[in-house]
Amino acid sequence: MAERPPVRHEPDPQQPDPWARLRAATPARIGLGQVGDAQPTRAVLAFQAAHALARDAVHARLDAAALAAALADPPAIRVRSLAPDRPTYLRRPDLGRRLDPACLPSLPKGDHDLALIVVDGLSATGIAAHAPALVAAIKARLPRDLGLAPLVVAEEGRVALGDEIAEALGARAVVVIIGERPGLTVPDSVGAYLTYAPKRGTRDAERNCISNIHRNGGLSYAAAADKIVWFAGEMLRRRLSGVALKDDQLISLTGSAS
Amino acid sequence: MAEFTADLGGTRYVFAGLSELLAAASPPRSGDELAGIAAVNAAHRAAAQQALAEVPLARFLDEVVVPYETDEVTRLIIDGHDAAAFAPVAHMTVGDFRDWLLSDAATTPVLTALASGLTPEMVAAVSKLMRNQDLIAVARKCRVEVAFRTTLGLPGRLASRLQPNHPSDDPAGIVAATLDGLLLGSGDAVIGVNPVTDSVGNAITLLEVLDELRQRHSIPTQSCVLTHVTNTIEIMARGGPVDLVFQSVAGTEAANRGFGVDLAILREAHEAALSLKRGTLGDNVMYFETGQGSALSADAHHGVDQQTLEARAYAVARAFRPLLVNTVVGFIGPEYLYDGKQIIRAGLEDHFCGKLLGLPMGVDVCYTNHAEADQDDMDTLATLLAVAGVNFLIAVPGADDVMLNYQSLSFHDVLYLRSTLGLRPAPEFEAWLAGTGLARPDGRLRALDQDALPAQRFLALASGTDG
Repeated sequence: MAERPPVRHEPDPQQPDPWARLRAATPARIGLGQVGDAQPTRAVLAFQAAHALARDAVHARLDAAALAAALADPPAIRVRSLAPDRPTYLRRPDLGRRLDPACLPSLPKGDHDLALIVVDGLSATGIAAHAPALVAAIKARLPRDLGLAPLVVAEEGRVALGDEIAEALGARAVVVIIGERPGLTVPDSVGAYLTYAPKRGTRDAERNCISNIHRNGGLSYAAAADKIVWFAGEMLRRRLSGVALKDDQLISLTGSAS
Repeated sequence: MAEFTADLGGTRYVFAGLSELLAAASPPRSGDELAGIAAVNAAHRAAAQQALAEVPLARFLDEVVVPYETDEVTRLIIDGHDAAAFAPVAHMTVGDFRDWLLSDAATTPVLTALASGLTPEMVAAVSKLMRNQDLIAVARKCRVEVAFRTTLGLPGRLASRLQPNHPSDDPAGIVAATLDGLLLGSGDAVIGVNPVTDSVGNAITLLEVLDELRQRHSIPTQSCVLTHVTNTIEIMARGGPVDLVFQSVAGTEAANRGFGVDLAILREAHEAALSLKRGTLGDNVMYFETGQGSALSADAHHGVDQQTLEARAYAVARAFRPLLVNTVVGFIGPEYLYDGKQIIRAGLEDHFCGKLLGLPMGVDVCYTNHAEADQDDMDTLATLLAVAGVNFLIAVPGADDVMLNYQSLSFHDVLYLRSTLGLRPAPEFEAWLAGTGLARPDGRLRALDQDALPAQRFLALASGTDG
């Protein structure tokens, strides 16, 4: 049998690319080509570069002062968890769920329907990029008669940190906007977790989650804010959250608008 | 609760009960350290392993690690124990059991017959005395065959779940990623989507898109939208095309409550899915995902180490004769499995424990960007699991899940494993790949080869660019 020279099975730029329409439909790494069974060098290097950016995003610090100033007038209240730094935060999620008691005096006890809390989570990059616009979109959609607690910005926090903050503020429900774990395609995605009657020890099944809020094929600020405000209204009306609260009605309400 | 002791290096180590002993004997991992139950140093761990080797297997039937009265998973394990199947090993200690598992006496049919006689705690205990090669060698002897529209778990086969997730559940994007995977020979275990939101209407839309694609191209496989079991029950009631019922499960009643499930709701879903009779080759209709650390994450671990609790999750899965079970081994994060070494060890343990308990075990070989791991670690674990005879592995386009924001294997990686180790897809799917011309006569997939005309035709047809 004659030896065949090795062939690089990469897309030929001179040929019409059958993948063009498919690639337009997803940010996923499709149609990468093949060298033998493996990915071509170009694809492997692109992956490694994206991994490097995501690793760096995980370890970035939030400029909480700038964010607090940008979020509200007057500036948002700043608090932090019991995790003193990022390496501890990564290994000790229990500390990231607990409020530093030194922050309690800065949280005035009131009587509110909803607390809105912005937490760095695993992507300070994402929170810095999207929290101001997302919070503005949510506030613009909230009913005028809804009692909103003062905004809070939290550092080195996990989702459950919001329970303790909302409890201290005297809020019946809480929306936590938090940086999601960076992925390769999107190092700056944020999510929103909604909880009715938040308190220390609340279980994750008692929350509703809207994830993948970002500007690279994810949920838009408007679509995310529509969902968040609908969930918040339903939580307060039905006095529950979590698996018992499904968003069917939302789909029929917003339909193609989302 | 009796004490266990071992002497090592002039020190006497005392362990107050089975839970404490199992935790101290467990190979190191960050989750047990987080829970405050790990061995304090290497000698402590080695002493615990020595003491554990002397514990009779029968002891695990008398001393439960989570209370019988308050935990339905413990009741499932104890009440469902098959004493007749256990008889051949009933006289052994944990150490004897390791030696016997590795011996020629423990053949494939012997291990198959033994499965219902073993409890998760016995299996977890023996794994703690085993090196990685032992976990591979024994798992490779276990065979767990199941079927729906494909047959999975046959010797010499490696299936894959095609995971075409999209960050906003866009059906066109999910179809695009599905076609990419099919052209690269993935999808024989399941085409399974993780939806972004827990919405019944949205899940029905995605199920209909995947079912239409499957039927139009006569693809022998099953599809699944991995939404909460209560959603899937509602979807079945509304007549949606549900092949498999998915649910994440854990090893304690309290942790399962954290997932919003219990055994009763799983039974209800199982019966509803069976009544649909959609499988052509078999009636394994359940799909479970698990992962070390889920119980601690839900603050429901009862002082038991995360690997033992993971094995207890398999007791939950085994009650429902699943088609697919996989540990999402590196997904939960560095606070449970810190780095590549811990993820590799846990992946081999989970596969071993699941197979020994009689589960059709697969693995999501994966890691997150906040763990100390990379694609080299995934190559290592995937290769070891393929050698160990894993039923299926999860694969996504280019190893990058653009919705869940973590890295798994790529479709290419599955091709590498099959060709390097001489493994083939599920037979029905393999025949489909050959029949459509997507696979060359030698079985190799070359979707983007310039002379791969069948692949180009399939792509044009399926993506709607043919007209």
